[in-house]
Amino acid sequence: MLQAIFLVVAQTIVLLAVSPFIVGLIKKVKARLQLRRGASVFQPYADLAKLFRKEPVVSTTTSWIFTATPYIVFASTLAAGLLVPIFVSRTPLNFAGNIIAVVYLLALGTFFLMLAGLDAGSAFGGMGSSREAIVASLTEPAMILSIFAIALTKGSTNLSTIVHKTALLEGIVTDPSPYLMALAALFIVAIAETGRVPVDNPATHLELTMIHEAMVLEYSGRYLALIEWAAGLKLAVFLSLIANIFAPWGIATTLAPAAMGIGLVAYLLKIAGLAMLIGVIECMFAKLRLFRVTDLLGVAFILALLGLLFFYILRS
Amino acid sequence: MLNLFLLLFAGYIAGLLLPLCCPAKPRIQNILAHGSAGLASGAGILLGVTGLFAPEPWTASVQSTLPFLTFAIRLDPLAALFVLTISLVGLAASIYALGYVTEFYGRASIAVLGSLFNGFLLSMTLVVIADNGFFFLIVWELMSLLSYFLVVTEHGKAEVRYAGLFYLIMTHVGTAFIILAFLIFFQGGGSFSFEAFRHPEQPLSEGMRTLVFLMVLIGFGTKAGIVPLHVWLPYAHPAAPSHISALMSGVMIKTAIYALVRVYFDFLGGQFPWWWGFVVLVIGAVSALLGVMYALMEHDLKSLLAYHSVENIGIILLGIGAGMIFQTFGLTEFAALGLLAGLYHTINHAMFKALLFLGAGSLLYATHTRNMEEYGGLLRRMPWTGVFFLIGAVSISALPPTNGFVSEWLVFQSLFLSFHLPTVLLKLMLPLAAAMLALTSVLALTCFAKAFGISFLALPRSSHARQAEEVPITMRIAMGMLAVVCVLLGLAPMVVVPMLDRVVAPFAGLSIEGKVLALDGWALAPVNVEFSSLSPMALALLLIALSALGLLLAVAFGGLVKQRYYKTWGCGINLTARMEYTATGFVQPIKRVFGAIYQPTVKLETELLKESRYFAKRRHFEFHIEPVFQKYLYDPVVAFFIGMAERLRVIQGGSLHLYLAYIFVTLIVLLLFAV
Repeated sequence: MLQAIFLVVAQTIVLLAVSPFIVGLIKKVKARLQLRRGASVFQPYADLAKLFRKEPVVSTTTSWIFTATPYIVFASTLAAGLLVPIFVSRTPLNFAGNIIAVVYLLALGTFFLMLAGLDAGSAFGGMGSSREAIVASLTEPAMILSIFAIALTKGSTNLSTIVHKTALLEGIVTDPSPYLMALAALFIVAIAETGRVPVDNPATHLELTMIHEAMVLEYSGRYLALIEWAAGLKLAVFLSLIANIFAPWGIATTLAPAAMGIGLVAYLLKIAGLAMLIGVIECMFAKLRLFRVTDLLGVAFILALLGLLFFYILRS
Repeated sequence: MLNLFLLLFAGYIAGLLLPLCCPAKPRIQNILAHGSAGLASGAGILLGVTGLFAPEPWTASVQSTLPFLTFAIRLDPLAALFVLTISLVGLAASIYALGYVTEFYGRASIAVLGSLFNGFLLSMTLVVIADNGFFFLIVWELMSLLSYFLVVTEHGKAEVRYAGLFYLIMTHVGTAFIILAFLIFFQGGGSFSFEAFRHPEQPLSEGMRTLVFLMVLIGFGTKAGIVPLHVWLPYAHPAAPSHISALMSGVMIKTAIYALVRVYFDFLGGQFPWWWGFVVLVIGAVSALLGVMYALMEHDLKSLLAYHSVENIGIILLGIGAGMIFQTFGLTEFAALGLLAGLYHTINHAMFKALLFLGAGSLLYATHTRNMEEYGGLLRRMPWTGVFFLIGAVSISALPPTNGFVSEWLVFQSLFLSFHLPTVLLKLMLPLAAAMLALTSVLALTCFAKAFGISFLALPRSSHARQAEEVPITMRIAMGMLAVVCVLLGLAPMVVVPMLDRVVAPFAGLSIEGKVLALDGWALAPVNVEFSSLSPMALALLLIALSALGLLLAVAFGGLVKQRYYKTWGCGINLTARMEYTATGFVQPIKRVFGAIYQPTVKLETELLKESRYFAKRRHFEFHIEPVFQKYLYDPVVAFFIGMAERLRVIQGGSLHLYLAYIFVTLIVLLLFAV
């Protein structure tokens, strides 16, 4: 019991600590590729600290939904993160929910963000919510199918089981094509869900292009800090999912201190690698028009479906 | 149990007769009718619970003077589950009606409305406990007719009359198919008793069984509102008074689910070819997806909710269909899981849909309009209704840790177990159905973000909304009750699953309670902990703890900073409701992306000023989505019948002599046949 509590607390701290770093690292990579110097990778920490200290301005139009949303989004994203194995393959909270629960916890946050976007009464918020809705609805089927393709190879929908088995090289299929297709699909989903280029641009505040930023436009002070932190956490959740499902090597399969130490280092390296990859992608592609996003997400869906098909064909 | 049943019966009959017999003030009639209904449904709740846990099904019967007709009732766990559901929603609707029908004082007869309400509840209860085919058909018809009269309560409005007629015709077409199916059973067993349906003297041939499957699917499917037989739903449900809509959408369409389970798993003994389950699964997936898609485009709050009923019936059928497929291949554990998931969603949907319809009724009561574009800012004016509606919205959007999420999660798990099936087609189709379910649930989330966001948040969009006030206490109690039930159904699967297991076990032949529940019931883990697990309670506690952590972090890093209130930036001018995003605007991207399904037509007319073609004097905007099913499926049928009638009019000369001649000729012809 004590051990379980320690692991949950440790995982909470790692997630909270690592998520601003991911955001900072992506920004840094982008800056370097654009031949700029860029801010320090630790800048997001300073931003959060500054936002927490600032006086928040709340619109008189809003209801309690607006002030409650940042806490709900923060809690649901962090809860989703606690269900994903980070540096120990068997998370103590494994019993609380499988991968579907992770998907739906993230949807809980999205739902309240969409409401908050509408609450202030400005057209920007509504526009953001409406666009977020279409992106979310197109990513979800692809995500469920790609998850299922992975779950099949391990005979489980529990993340801990999937990661643990893969780390111990159990049930590895000889032909990796279902895996690769699911990976590609999940990567596209991750980019869309976390609002990165080419689906959304977190750096923009232009009404023609913004999605997530439009939705949270009215937030300031500690509310904005929580929302930004939650956005970083969401990125961390998706990167952890990809890293640990497809390449769980290095993760601690036992609870020995040395193994956990190695697991933590391996985790940080994997996450940093993926963050840099996202930075590179953000530099290589232009943001897509909203109605072209459907094509990209359609590709993700087809990839996931093909992954499933390949799995069954290879088996039979 | 007999006492409880008699109490229920007497309560509803009292509620049926008392208001009609005593010519009193509407206020007294209201209390008489809905008070008795409340007592009777209270008895129904007890009856349902005792029936669920009774070791043997309870039966009673009274022989009538007619041959084949016996007033037989049988309360097995399946019936008891539905009695419980009907009574719970019935109780909430009765309490709600005490406040709600004050709207109708002077506009409609409260005596008639109240007594029909009692009759409707009684007939629904009898439908699920009837144990004789003939008796079942009588109460089924009674239920349809009474609900028709309730739908046309406001018969002064043309659209209400149209909705009523549409409903009446559709439900009778459905009943015709049910009668045919029952006649096939009768042929095999020589009796209308359900026992004879179950164990006929001569077993039905394969062809006959297939015929029964299809007839029952069409007949009860019409009532349940499966696509493409769903078209009456969005007309009829919104037209009725809101507490009636809650009953119709919440429980009446569920009696069809009851009947489907009864026929497929009980009468036909759970023996069927794989394609039956597959057909049910496909219908489920299509109904779920199209239901939510049409709901998104609806801006009449009650029509929107009616379309969501189509969606949720689809989700229920996904569970049942998966169960049927597993049953065919002898995977009884998974079959039981699928059926259990479907039934779990059935109860959940009854609760949150009733809650949402009561919420919509409260908005109608407070604002006198059903058009969402005229709401706005109501959360501040109606805080209680708002909170209850939000609980309903979160539940129907299947967000953790609510009941809607738990049952949808179970449906997902049963679809994912498809990798145990032997054929590649099914192995692929079930996950594909899961993907469609995922799309459905995100679209439902979008739809309720729209419904709640546009109705309750931001600035009031009309004077109706500005003047809205919170509804009377009885209406709030009813909504609060259902909201609490919704929360409990999600957090306490250790109570719900054993109940459902008792229902499912006789059909599957084994109890899966131990396989579905883990950790003393605090977690669900079908079929074992290694495959999947979910603990709604743990998730709820986790969410509360982490929200507190958020608060703590905010205070730790920033101290207790006071917040400032200021108006929203309106680009330099004062913000008005006309600058807000509308419901139509909100779903525009979805309309565009899924244009192939909606086939939208947009008409924009601009009248320009004479002086300059850059300034418009008047703009007229119209947008429609193509009612595909009505246009290509129903209109041709209607046109055919009207065309036939036109032709037959030739013989209707209007002369009495001519008609006498017809009778004479008919007689001659018949006599010729007789000879």
